[in-house]
Order: sequence, then C-alpha cells, then structure tokens
Amino acid sequence: MPESRELLLSVRELSVSFRTRSGIVHAVDRLSFDLRQGEVLGVVGESGSGKSVSMLAVMGLVTDPNAIVQGSIVFRGQELVGTAEKRMRAMRGRDIAMIFQDPMTALTPVYTVGWQIVEQIQAHQPLSKKAARLQARELLGAVGMPNPDAQLDRFPHQLSGGMRQRAVIAMALACRPALLIADEPTTALDVTVQAQILEVLDHMRKTIGSAVILITHDMGVVAELADRVMVMYAGRAAETGTASDLFNDPWHPYTWGLLGSIPPLSGPKPRRLLSIAGAPPSLVHLPDGCAFAPRCPSRFELCSKRPALSGVLEHDAACFLDEDARVLARPAMATDGAGP
Amino acid sequence: MNARIDRDTEASSEPVLEARDLKKHYVVGHRLSRTGKKLVKAVDGVNLKLWAGETFGLVGESGCGKSTFAKCLVRLHSITSGSLFFEGRDISALSMRALRPIRPHLQMVFQDPYASLNPRRRVGELIAEPIRVHTPSTAPEIRIRIAELADLVGLTTEQMERYPHEFSGGQRQRIGIARALALSPRVIVADEPVSALDVSVQAQIINLFADLQERLGLTYLFIAHDLSVIRQVSTRAAVMYLGSVVEVGPTRDVYETPAHPYTRALISAVPAPSINRARRTREILEGDSPDPSNPPSGCRFHPRCFQAQQRCKDERPVLQDIAGGRAVACHFPLTGPPR
Repeated sequence: MPESRELLLSVRELSVSFRTRSGIVHAVDRLSFDLRQGEVLGVVGESGSGKSVSMLAVMGLVTDPNAIVQGSIVFRGQELVGTAEKRMRAMRGRDIAMIFQDPMTALTPVYTVGWQIVEQIQAHQPLSKKAARLQARELLGAVGMPNPDAQLDRFPHQLSGGMRQRAVIAMALACRPALLIADEPTTALDVTVQAQILEVLDHMRKTIGSAVILITHDMGVVAELADRVMVMYAGRAAETGTASDLFNDPWHPYTWGLLGSIPPLSGPKPRRLLSIAGAPPSLVHLPDGCAFAPRCPSRFELCSKRPALSGVLEHDAACFLDEDARVLARPAMATDGAGP
Repeated sequence: MNARIDRDTEASSEPVLEARDLKKHYVVGHRLSRTGKKLVKAVDGVNLKLWAGETFGLVGESGCGKSTFAKCLVRLHSITSGSLFFEGRDISALSMRALRPIRPHLQMVFQDPYASLNPRRRVGELIAEPIRVHTPSTAPEIRIRIAELADLVGLTTEQMERYPHEFSGGQRQRIGIARALALSPRVIVADEPVSALDVSVQAQIINLFADLQERLGLTYLFIAHDLSVIRQVSTRAAVMYLGSVVEVGPTRDVYETPAHPYTRALISAVPAPSINRARRTREILEGDSPDPSNPPSGCRFHPRCFQAQQRCKDERPVLQDIAGGRAVACHFPLTGPPR
C-alpha cells in the first residue's frame, strides 16, 4: 500500500455513549484509526460492535439528545467533533457522503430519482437545472443503470433493489466526495446483485478517487474490496491491518473465531464449524479488561486488564498474546470448535 | 418423473417426504385495479424426494419460491396442484383435522423465532405447548421433557422460567428448535434458520443442527440463500429460480461442477473471505430476478443467461437426469469445472 498518500481522516479516542434507562451504553469505546486518501478501509464486526455508530459520528449524524460524543475526528486537518451543524451540513454530501443498507430509506418515495439526484447536485454546486440533470444522467450511466434517460423520470418504487442502490450510489458520488462511507451497502441484496453493486462501487471509487469506509459483517465483501481492515468488537478495535494481514495472519482470537465461523465455499468441508462460545457482551456492563476475554479460549491472567492496540508495521491487535503464544494458541483453537 | 435421484433405485425404502409436481399459485391484485388480477406461480411444479436421515439443501435468491415451497411441504399452505407424500401416504388434500396426527412428525423452524414466541409466556410453557396439544401428559412428565429438550439445544433448565425478550438471537433460535423437537418429529423443515444471526452465532446453530441430526436421526430440509451455509449442512442440494428447480444433485458435485449456468453464476458471485489477488474470473449476471407474475417465456433464466439461444426463448427446459444422480433444467448444460 502506498505510504506516501496523504492522511484524510484521523480518529482519536472516539467514544460514543448513550444514556438509557438501563444505564449508559458504551457503543463506541475509545476508538482510534487513520484513513489515507483513496484508501478502502473495511470495518467488520457483528451487530452491536459499534461499527455503524462510529461512522455515523464521523458524519456528524449522531444527533440523539442522549448521545455523548467524545474524542477527536480530524478530516483534512479540520476537527469535526463539535463543529457547527451548518458547517457539517455543507460538508455532508460534498466532502463526505454515505450509502446505507436499505436504499429505500435514502430515497424519498414522492419524487423521481432524477429530481433527487438533481437536488443533491444543486445543493452543492452552482449549476442550472438543465446542467444538473445532464450530470445526473451521466452519473446514472456511470453506475451501470440500464437506459438512464428513462430512469431519471421513474419513482423509487418502480426500481428493483439493485437499481435503487445504483441510484443511491450515483447520488452519493454526485459531488465527487473525498470520503464515502458505505454502511452494509449490499446486505439487503441478492448475491448476484451484490456482485454487480460491488463491481460498481469499486469502479466508481477508482474513477473518482474517493477513500471508502466499508462497513459490513461479511468477511467476503471485505476481502473483495478493502485495502485495510479494522475488526471491531464491543465498540473497540480488536485488530487492524492490511487485508492480507487479517486474512493470512490474523492475530486476535476474535478474528480467528470470526474467520473460522464462516463455512467455506470450496475446499475441504469441516465436520464442525469453529464457533465462538457465548454471545457479545452487554454494552452497559462491559468487562473491566479485554471485552472478548469471557468468550476467549486463550485468556489468561493479564486479560483482566484492557489491552492497548499494538503491533508492528500497521498490523495491530488489542491482545496480550505475544507471537509465540499466538502460534501455540491458534491451531489449538482451530481443531476444537467451541460447543454450543 | 424428472427429478429422479439415483438412490431412487434402492426400491427397499421409500422417501420420508416426497413432492410430485407441486404447484402453488396465488392470485394477486384485484380485478378493478389498474393492473387487474394476476396469477403468481410462486412454486411451479417442483419434484423432491427427502430420504430418511439426510439433509437436503434448498438454495435460491429472494422471490424464487423456496419459502412458499417449505410451507407447502408442512401443509401450512394449501397446495394448488400436485401431490405430497409423507411416508408413502398422500397428504396433499387432507383436511386440517385429518392432518393433526401427521403434524407432530413434520415440524418447521423459522427464520425469526422471536416472531413465533408469545412474549407474555415463559419459554418453558412455549416449549410445552405442542406437547400439551398433541400428547396428553401429566405435569411432571412435561417438566422432564422440557428439561430434556433444553439440554438438547444447549439451554439450561433455569432459563425455561424466563421470557423470550431476555434471550439473544441465537438463544431464541435454540428455543425455536426445542419447540420443533418437542414432539420428536421425523422431518424438520428449516426455513432460513441462521440468516438473521451474526456469523459466530450462526456457526453455533449450524453445529447444533448437525449434532441433533446425529443424536436423533432427524431428516432436514434446510433452506437458505447463503450458498456457503447450504454447502456446509447438506449432502444433496437443489437450486431454485423463479418457482422451479433448475438443478439438483449431491451438494459437492453441484458446487464443484455446476451444470446450470445460473448455479455457476450464483456460486461465482459469492465473495470469498480470503485474499487471493489473482481473482477468479467472475460471471456477473446482468439484471435482477424477473417479476414472478410476469415470467419470461421459455427458460425463465434466459434473459440473464450468458449462453442463451433462440431455443431458450421458445421452449421451457424440463429437469433432466444427467450422470451421477444429478438433474438439470437447461437445454445446454455446462460440463466440466468452472473456469
């Protein structure tokens, strides 16, 4: 990966918590990561791991009155935490855009697709309606929408799921944002349509040069697109590294479990899948030490303290196991699937 | 009969469950609406034999009719035409009353167990309900049975006193499985039982299904849209597209050398969770699944097929046997492994 690329986003000690009736929910707990220009960062984790909330915080979209956002989010040298809503609004869509899982929630049902894309373009660029419409048409063509002229005048409900997601991608990329956050962009789609959309996303980000944060629970999707990966667990980063670090030499026992849980599509079929015993912890009562310790087959005394993210050459894990211990622990885990 | 599998020749045994040319059609819309009434052929002539002790996987994308088919198999839906045999007996036209003695043997596990659990009743009572309905038992008998079932699915007896909302997704699916097991069924039809679960929990439930089969000799029809899940759980598998089976055979062969272009495209579309930068050549299908109320002529897959010819537009292919206990519905089946 080119080291020379400029830093685009730098998140330090980001915490997002929510006051609820049952206590304070620590959705994101002191999360730090960097993103360079044009880079694709895959953020993986199970539901409740804080992957969506942390990226909503980057967008400045954590607006719940009971939410507390702390830490620092620096985008192109500018601090975003505490920035006035008016400035965030100008940036959103122009510099940072977002795609959501369900395209129907991003589109209003009462206007045509063309109208919505034109609105997005005109919100950030001084263009005439005609010019904006021409640009919208071009965008729809670029995202592989068949017959883009006709699609401009159709309503979202007249499009299939895949077409809607294409329209949303066109809209998100209308202003050539430096950062695109894609939150489970293909989860609601069938696998053949998912393949189409991943292709479009990859093609578009290469043409425009946007950096992408790809949030997903699907390790396959990450392997397909990401340059670097961050594995999240209980609101914290468990492991970060290049995609080949993560898939070829994972360090964190949670990453081992996550990869072992996926039934393989080729090669020998394991008699039992490697599963992770138990369920993710409640975010109200997080364990004092490592959040994964209660489910971890390799835990030891040190794990009652919280491990810091550390490693070499940008491959970091929040785990006390050293290299030798990892080598010993990993095969042991691979042979014995934790029972139900 | 077209979907005939080689085990068929072992005349000694009959399938536990068999569907012959099973159809389920719905009328949608209203005659006065703009688009008028339409007939949706959700399941359009499916043949299937389920042999004792096997796991049969049924895979397909949304709207292909796999869930409708599942509900027809356990007679939660009425059947439009065709027949359904349970242990040799035709149950396709039985009345609800006549079906009651059959129901205990034919149980279903759903995708979202929470939707089927009454939030105001304790889990133990929920699991006891089918027992109370079908087999007159005393309170201590039921208590013992509940403890047994809880143990089978990996829950504790204490948890039986709790309410559904106190459980995580994976545990709720365990409760759903315990309910299905309560009457010691022979066949379990599991409709997307793991697709709502996180991957680590999904692995637990897949392992549980395998363990239960080993211990209780169950027969499964396992439905999923996730191809890797189907590969893991099943020994035979069928691929459905728009209401009919396009390919069926031993799971390993179907995955290694898919004979139907749709199967091949489906498998190649799954992103692999590994870094192999020499990427596979992918056949990316164009377009989406067509509208089931207005299916294409001929082969229903032809508008998206990379090798479609005139014949595919005119003539609908039937499921035909090929070697190795496999069958495929294609005029130009593929041979050899994918590129």
